[in-house]
Amino acid sequence: MSAFNAIGEEREIDRDEFTPEIEPQATWCPGCGDFGVLKALKQAMPEVGRNPEETLLVTGIGCSGKLSSYFRSYGFHSIHGRSLPVARAAKLANPGLEVVAAGGDGDGYGIGGNHFMHTARENHDMTYIVFDNEIFGLTKGQTSPTSPKGHKSKTQPHGSAKSPIRPLSLGLTSGATYVARTAAVNPNQAKEILTEAMEHDGFAHIDFLTQCPTWNKDAKQYVPYIDVQDSDDYDFDIHNRGEAAEMMREAEDALYEGEVLTGRFYVDDERPSYQQEKQQTGDMPEEPLAERYFDDDYEWERSYDLLDRHK
Amino acid sequence: MTDDELIWRIAGGSGDGIDSTSQNFAKALMRSGLNVFTHRHYPSRIRGGHTYVEIRASDHEVKSRGDGYNFLLALGDSFARNPQEEAYYGNEEIKPLTENLDELREGGVIVYDSGLLDTEEVENFDERVEENNWNVYDLDLRGLAKEHGREIMRNTAGVGATAALLGMELDKIEELMQNAMSGDILEANLDVLEDAYESVQSDYEFTHDLQIPTGEHEEDQVLISGSHGIAYGAIDEGCRFISGYPMTPWTDVFTIMTQNLPDMGGISEQVEDEIAAASLAIGASHAGAKAMSGSSGGGFALMSEPLGLAEITETPLVLVESMRAGPSTGMPTKPEQGDLEHVLYTSQGDSNRVVFAPGDAAECYEQTRKAFEIAYNYQIPAIVLYDQKLSGGHQSTDESVFDEEPNPDLGSIVTEDDLEEAAKEAGRFKRYMYDSDDGVSKRSIPGQKGGNFLASGNEHNEVGHISEDPDNRVIQMDRRMAKLDSIREELNENTDHQPVYGPEDAQYGILSFGSTKGVVEETVDRLNDDGHSVKAMNVSDLMPFPKGEVTDFLEDVDEALVVEMTATAQFRRHIQGQLGRFGEKLYSLLKYDGNPFEPEEVVSGFESRIEGSADLGEYNVRIESATGD
Repeated sequence: MSAFNAIGEEREIDRDEFTPEIEPQATWCPGCGDFGVLKALKQAMPEVGRNPEETLLVTGIGCSGKLSSYFRSYGFHSIHGRSLPVARAAKLANPGLEVVAAGGDGDGYGIGGNHFMHTARENHDMTYIVFDNEIFGLTKGQTSPTSPKGHKSKTQPHGSAKSPIRPLSLGLTSGATYVARTAAVNPNQAKEILTEAMEHDGFAHIDFLTQCPTWNKDAKQYVPYIDVQDSDDYDFDIHNRGEAAEMMREAEDALYEGEVLTGRFYVDDERPSYQQEKQQTGDMPEEPLAERYFDDDYEWERSYDLLDRHK
Repeated sequence: MTDDELIWRIAGGSGDGIDSTSQNFAKALMRSGLNVFTHRHYPSRIRGGHTYVEIRASDHEVKSRGDGYNFLLALGDSFARNPQEEAYYGNEEIKPLTENLDELREGGVIVYDSGLLDTEEVENFDERVEENNWNVYDLDLRGLAKEHGREIMRNTAGVGATAALLGMELDKIEELMQNAMSGDILEANLDVLEDAYESVQSDYEFTHDLQIPTGEHEEDQVLISGSHGIAYGAIDEGCRFISGYPMTPWTDVFTIMTQNLPDMGGISEQVEDEIAAASLAIGASHAGAKAMSGSSGGGFALMSEPLGLAEITETPLVLVESMRAGPSTGMPTKPEQGDLEHVLYTSQGDSNRVVFAPGDAAECYEQTRKAFEIAYNYQIPAIVLYDQKLSGGHQSTDESVFDEEPNPDLGSIVTEDDLEEAAKEAGRFKRYMYDSDDGVSKRSIPGQKGGNFLASGNEHNEVGHISEDPDNRVIQMDRRMAKLDSIREELNENTDHQPVYGPEDAQYGILSFGSTKGVVEETVDRLNDDGHSVKAMNVSDLMPFPKGEVTDFLEDVDEALVVEMTATAQFRRHIQGQLGRFGEKLYSLLKYDGNPFEPEEVVSGFESRIEGSADLGEYNVRIESATGD
């Protein structure tokens, strides 16, 4: 289809292609963990075999939302917490696109929490990266849904009475079919996980730990990171929901005690993606909807043909 | 009310099949050559609670529900008979009689189900009957239906009785029943229908004069609601993606679209909330599909944020807003026009959108098509604003209205050649280029080679990167705002787009918008017949506002009455705000009790204001001066 002439183009792809031609307006502070996400994503794209023009990166608001400014592709920098609904409709309209959505812990688990739950439930085929630095960064350091209990900030001067959200468990129970946690300080693991996530046929949720050098000096960039796949201490079946849930619980409990467990926590390759399910029930066309509009020979059905029932 | 029309009201409990029965009966009347207009009144409850549907049928054009009614079929509320222990239902059983008698005209006909209703329980029933010269027929519809197996068929029995009393042939009704049902159920219903018909003919002495009017259509007719008009307009514009969250009365459009789109290769998504719904439509549109979403009051409030996103990213978006009485949850099943300002101005910043307010089912179709064309050509949000009255009410409409070619054109999209040219000339595609004649810069679709760009809810420069540069800011704001002027110009090219109804040189004017169109036009006819000199304009282009035409209209009249279903005269304020004058000429006639205007109320409102002759005391309407008292 010539309208989407960049989709499926087979050629050698260089990660530098994903760098914008112009310097984006600087938002990220020196030492920000977000650079780690950017780097890992750029490295993963050629591995997946995707070029910038068949990639749609949808972001929310906040420092994480600026990922689409630093990354060259088709981008959509949407509004706070709303990256997922924009992204999943784009994917339904044109499944040929590689769709990646990204947001922060406030954006993704706070204001956009409902969308997260439902996108995971439906198992849309996309990758969702949540930049998790346990703080609201761009609004200058307020407590976020992943900030530890007792966290003091300008908006929680006596320390937060709230327990942090449990992102991995939430992703699993909501229905995500690939759940992982990685970190900006682990570039190789991050690249591998992002690659897998994009290749995964379903909703891949990555809780991406990033450090905020300005507002959250407590963030865990200096503690040891353990990969649950590489360590002999953790033995569980990644395809087993119950064992994955148990492993996640352990990781989430340990996080605020200084032990950071990363890696893949759950993979379900069996469950069809939402669009596959929808196609099976006849609720969605086999060929991309968006292509229709560029096909001069397509016969558009008319409402006139529906009028019999009104006569 | 004239003698040559039937206004048939079927009353009962929600869930008693009032809706389906009235639909079929309205169709049968339409098939007999009559013009039909229906009005649906129902409570925000699933089962039980007083509900009625009114069908106005006449040989002449019918543009509103009319005044009162002349035939009551009171079925009884079957769900009121078996209340749960904790539920409070009050004396609902007899509501089909007590709630409806006030509006029944003198000399009217009452058929009631004596199997369910007891007139002894209705206060002063016999006195009222005598006073108003009503013709009462008591029939055990429930018993009759039961004889044939199913009590629920008492609506069919009621229709059979109606036909017998009005001198109507059964063939059209039977035809429709044969289309809708089959097997034993069909047989049983046909038996009930004929049984009721025959027993009325043989057992009752007719005391009334009312007969079924006769008529003939010049064109083939279809029975369509405003929601069908909107859905079918969208389908013919190539809309194949809809996302929504159920909310009355918007659900009508959402349901019609969802029932049709998948079979047409389209996609419908029922999502978690209205913020998501509008955001999905944006995502689909961005990816190269024609998309729509919509809601009603509270749901539309949630769409305020994505609406602005569509505007600044210049993603085409069509939203439907079906108004109901507010504020907050208000009265979910009752019409009002109080979301006008909410729809015109919601969303942060100096935001722009296009708003059309169709006045009937045919306009719903035409203006939805226009909304899509404008949204996709100009890359701006376009809203189709209508209300509960137009959502659920059906009217007979010329079939030819829908006989228009589809238009799946995506509008202002770059071609491969454009992109190659851009690469040669500027090194890259400039999505938000500064220089454009009408404010529109062409967009690319993800997947187009050389077309990649960043669509951002932040202010951005011409290649799409976030920018807070003051000069760029002014250029981009001015360019986006220029679109409304370009659109106004395009709309004005159609010289008759806000037609004047009535004599051009009339002394007085009536202004309205949206669904009050029909009732105002009937009022104008009636007033002019009575020797007044009145013309009307129903404004459907609310943004951009047709300043020139409304100014011309107002300059020539001594005074104008602005008729609207709001409590705070929002439409009148909009006119004054857009034109900056005419305060001394404008008076409002306001109604906000949850029921649409009847022609008589507008006639009385006019006469009360102009002549000081009419007393508005018996109506829930209010006159208000634009300049205050």
